[in-house]
Amino acid sequence: MTSPVLKASQLTKRFGEFTAVDGVSFEIRPGEILGLLGPNGAGKTTTIQMLLGLVTPTSGSIEVFGLNLSTSRETILQQVNFSSTYIAMPQSLTVEENLWVVARLYGVSDIAQRIDRVVKKLEMDEFRHKVTRKLSSGQMTRLTLAKAFLTEPRILFLDEPTASLDPDIAYKIRSLLKEERQSSGLSILYTSHNMREMEEMSDRIIFLQRGRLVAEGTAQAIVEQFGKADLEEVFLKLARESDTPLS
Amino acid sequence: MKLYRVTALVLRHLYLYRRSLPRIMEIFYWPFLDLVIWGFITLYLARYQTQVPGFVTFFLGALILWDMLFRAQQGITITFLEELWARNLMNLFASPLKPSEFLAATMVMSVMKVTMVSIVMGGCALVFYSYNVLVIGLWLLPFVLNLVVTGWIIGVFTTSLIMRFGQEAEVLAWSMVFLFQPISCVFYPMEVLPVWLKGIAWANPAAHIFEGMRVVLSTGEAPLGNLAWAVGLNGVLLIGVITWFYWTIAYCKDQGLLVRVGE
Repeated sequence: MTSPVLKASQLTKRFGEFTAVDGVSFEIRPGEILGLLGPNGAGKTTTIQMLLGLVTPTSGSIEVFGLNLSTSRETILQQVNFSSTYIAMPQSLTVEENLWVVARLYGVSDIAQRIDRVVKKLEMDEFRHKVTRKLSSGQMTRLTLAKAFLTEPRILFLDEPTASLDPDIAYKIRSLLKEERQSSGLSILYTSHNMREMEEMSDRIIFLQRGRLVAEGTAQAIVEQFGKADLEEVFLKLARESDTPLS
Repeated sequence: MKLYRVTALVLRHLYLYRRSLPRIMEIFYWPFLDLVIWGFITLYLARYQTQVPGFVTFFLGALILWDMLFRAQQGITITFLEELWARNLMNLFASPLKPSEFLAATMVMSVMKVTMVSIVMGGCALVFYSYNVLVIGLWLLPFVLNLVVTGWIIGVFTTSLIMRFGQEAEVLAWSMVFLFQPISCVFYPMEVLPVWLKGIAWANPAAHIFEGMRVVLSTGEAPLGNLAWAVGLNGVLLIGVITWFYWTIAYCKDQGLLVRVGE
């Protein structure tokens, strides 16, 4: 069995008395799409922020490509990227200027060709010279995806990447992600509130509830584990449990 | 430190100036306005104040040098604020960019701003008041370099505070430097300060530069003592403030503040 590209062990994050992530362990294998599911406040965002080195874990460790994130941050982040519907790019720059800056920041070679390729891939030609503040939310999402693809990462963290896209573009993005995974062995950590999308995209899913990992496996295995009809029902059950005040 | 990451960030900020009139105004308009107002005040006071030799030279020279310090500080802090306003900090700190590279990029921006402002103010002083800033002579270069470093120290300190306390501390970007103005002895000699404040002013590198400037202009002597104090204090304070910046980043990462700083 191949060694994982990412291994989180007993990951815990406390903010004062509040425990956002509580002893979570998981792995991402090469070329795998791992779904990260959980209701709001389950600890998904904090987990991703720890994986990106933006938040320091209270305890536990993160190994990426066999290296410890706390000691090999630069080497690891050179090969990792992320995209989220909820992040912004500098609004006063054009789409192309933003991509140039990202490419230089990651030391990408053949920048012009690489930008051309990613612009074509994400069908961004019509707005590549547009100032970012004038983009629609769907175009903005494609820009953040382009930023992530541009650096040809080995691991991609995608936080609701299709949330603001129309069904046609969302379908194309999903197809593109699958292709990239096939062709380059890209590993992806994927979050979405669209359960059908999660079932379609994820090889495996980990389910967080109140900062704890409560289920792990294929979508089918998780559905069976909870005795529900589909993943949406599992999600609703866990989300409603989360709403119940803790005694 | 990787040079390409520093230039990437510098490029990102230069792109901003391409199509932003307010940002260009920040470089040209305010320094120009400062010079016009203070220039006329200086001319007016010079008519009635004959005891101080080279009154105009003192005041206009001091004003131009003070503006260099101010712009050096702004170059650091505003560059950080631009990232905060654009909600781009997450993109930067989740990239391989190191804090040292981030600081280096803000320092490059700072030097660019100081250069532009110096040209504008020096040119305007010559045209409107027949005042040549180069009258300070070769000492101008070490003076300016030291003031730029003092500006960086205040800038990095302010940036750390904004990072720690969030956008509500943004006002410090414009106000913090003025806290240093009374103890920088820009327009008056250190001897006029009360004893207790004199001690604080001695710890401020800028005060030694402005003292040095007055020594050069009034006696023509080499202000080596003042320069040595300024260089020494700048070195110690710069190391201290960079350590503080690193500590603040580590603290913000621990508290999850880095991803919320723009909210």
